[in-house]
Amino acid sequence: MTSSLALEKPAAAAPPASRRRAGGSLWPFVLPALIVVASVIVFPWAFTIWMSLNEWQIGGGSSFVGLANFGRLLTDLRFHDALWHTLYFTALAVILPVVLGLFSAIVFHQNFKARGFLRALFVMPMMATPVAIALVWAMMFHPQLGVLNYLLSLVGIPPQLWVFHPATVIPSLVLVETWQWTPLVMLIVLGGLAAIPTEPYESALIDGASGWQMFWHITLPLVLPFVMVAAIIRSIDAIKSFDIIYAITQGGPGTASETINLYLYSVAFAYYDIGYGSAIAVVFFLMVIGLAVLLLWLKKRVQWTEVGIGA
Amino acid sequence: MRFGRTTRRSVLAGTMAAGAFGLSGARLAWADPAWKAFEGTDLEVMLTKGPRGETLQKYEDEFTELTGIRVGSEQIPEQQQRQKAVIELTSGSPSFDVIHLSYHVQKRQFEKARWLADFSQFLKDSNLTEATLTEDDFSAAGLLYAKNDAGEMRSLPFSVDYWMVYYNKEMFERKGVAYPTTFDELVTAAEKLTDPANGEYGFVARGLRNANVPVWTSFLLGYGGTMVDEQGQLKTDTPEAIEAAKLYQRLLTKSAPPGVAGFNWSECQSAFLQGKVGMWMDGVGFAPPLEDPTKSRIVGKVGYGVMPKGPVKQVSATFGDGIGVAEASSNKEAGYLYCQWAVSKLMGSRLLQAGGGVPFRKSILNDPEVRKGVTLPAEWVECVAGSAEVSELGLPVIIPVTEFRDTFGTALTTLLSEGDPAALLKQATQQFQPVLDKSEA
Repeated sequence: MTSSLALEKPAAAAPPASRRRAGGSLWPFVLPALIVVASVIVFPWAFTIWMSLNEWQIGGGSSFVGLANFGRLLTDLRFHDALWHTLYFTALAVILPVVLGLFSAIVFHQNFKARGFLRALFVMPMMATPVAIALVWAMMFHPQLGVLNYLLSLVGIPPQLWVFHPATVIPSLVLVETWQWTPLVMLIVLGGLAAIPTEPYESALIDGASGWQMFWHITLPLVLPFVMVAAIIRSIDAIKSFDIIYAITQGGPGTASETINLYLYSVAFAYYDIGYGSAIAVVFFLMVIGLAVLLLWLKKRVQWTEVGIGA
Repeated sequence: MRFGRTTRRSVLAGTMAAGAFGLSGARLAWADPAWKAFEGTDLEVMLTKGPRGETLQKYEDEFTELTGIRVGSEQIPEQQQRQKAVIELTSGSPSFDVIHLSYHVQKRQFEKARWLADFSQFLKDSNLTEATLTEDDFSAAGLLYAKNDAGEMRSLPFSVDYWMVYYNKEMFERKGVAYPTTFDELVTAAEKLTDPANGEYGFVARGLRNANVPVWTSFLLGYGGTMVDEQGQLKTDTPEAIEAAKLYQRLLTKSAPPGVAGFNWSECQSAFLQGKVGMWMDGVGFAPPLEDPTKSRIVGKVGYGVMPKGPVKQVSATFGDGIGVAEASSNKEAGYLYCQWAVSKLMGSRLLQAGGGVPFRKSILNDPEVRKGVTLPAEWVECVAGSAEVSELGLPVIIPVTEFRDTFGTALTTLLSEGDPAALLKQATQQFQPVLDKSEA
């Protein structure tokens, strides 16, 4: 992230001499924030990295083992499965809300009766507590007693096992995520749509463009930076998702929905293996950073394209 | 959260004294401890959320009335309570004096770390201990749980959970099936009762990873197996363990409702409550909702059966809670009085009568007067007493119990969709043995 911020800075120029002189006296202003950042962000991270280099079981002693915990990750099949589940879950839990959010934003951008009321209704899932939602969905997913299978039976579809089968558990959990977080994407994109000027559309109409052409060549490119912002927020939320999965399946059946976050939680707080848990946390942190950098880079590219169109 | 109202101290003291007199025969009520000796002490108690924690919290004002000890208690959901306890006890200065612990998960961990205060001397001190509170009043399982390798009693056995079979008498009658007395009959009955076309299934038990392990160990014990031998070697891929896994696989794939791989006790209970499942195997503590007309469609139709006999023996897998005082606490005697009150005849009777738990103390369970007040059917009490006679610990006494349950639980869940029991158990055993070795190193 630091590198991308640095790129956005104007060409480096030497600070004026007066500012250089005053530099020493600015420290008292910076110091409080620096202490807070160091103690609540830097220290825990440095300590986690240190713990990941140790064999440390709660209730037992600790010993320095170097990179052994990271080596163990390479052969830990449960970790590999968790990695795959995390990527699968994240991909679905980003793509579906973003596509549906974009679509619903376009719908709610139109003028129609009771639009305000329906918009308010649509954003309601976002306001609910994830664990409460999870418990309700867990009941709805029940293969014999759940309302979902009842609804399917009304249209002649055979009952499904939803979160109770390894093959369908992750898509079913994504269904809950999508239901809850599509409104967030919709709100962000709606803001973008409201900011689009009307002139390009007027020109396009004069040139005889169809509705689809206007959407594809005007709306979509102009709203894409907003979609990217929504995608970044969703990606980071989805990759670290814990509450919904834990409350509905606890990573099951078996380990079929165990993501890295859930595995990390088990290792650190159920098996009390703090050293190995910290190693997983470090790898997970690097993954989140990697994803954030990738998405920020993509966002920059989208903005560049936008400038290109404008030019 | 507090419920109920404070009762008169005299009534309480009288009840406890009467219990002491009535049960100990020659012993007199004057042998009661000096309840007021630690008046004015403030005690922090950390409880597990559930009927047992609720019962203690509901009546804690009575304890204050009796002893003058003020109690600040907190109920925390089981998993979180265990984590909080371990972290605080490791720190050396826990925020609580008294702790409610799950023996089947925490016994070995607490023992090895010596986190709890030794009650051995307190038990011999008539100023601290009620005359009826004697070691031999606790069931064998209770003593096995509460005592460490050196024979020290570092907690008091509070509530026991025996595994049993709930069955739907109406379904059994309709299909002309008798309650099974052996594992073979269990399979036959389950398959006869299964009728997927009508949404009826013969058997349900936990399929969810971790939660499912007691189902398998219940069978394993019946086959004459054990989970860990005295040398600390896993016995989880022996022929007995494999037979138990095959039985688990057969029952849950041929006679259980679809989706059972994701069922914990609550999903099993919901399915059974609807009257569509013939048998449900789980702990004795889940009975009250079955007899509650607002929740159950099978009120009055539930049978309570002791575990069928395995090819080698009849065993009811047993789990339990205890209550102890942190070694780091400076209020050990006051804490001990609280523990003693928690396992007293009065509190144990309340727990049993509401169906919220079963006391480890024989004098409570076998008292006809106490039994009369039980709100659940007499058959349930009979089942509890019958299970007590064939009780064996349902999980190994090791430190990494949760990891044991996760590892073998994953293998068991996998069996429900595919897989060979022998191969999966062998793999899980190889995976877990190093973890076990390291924990005792």
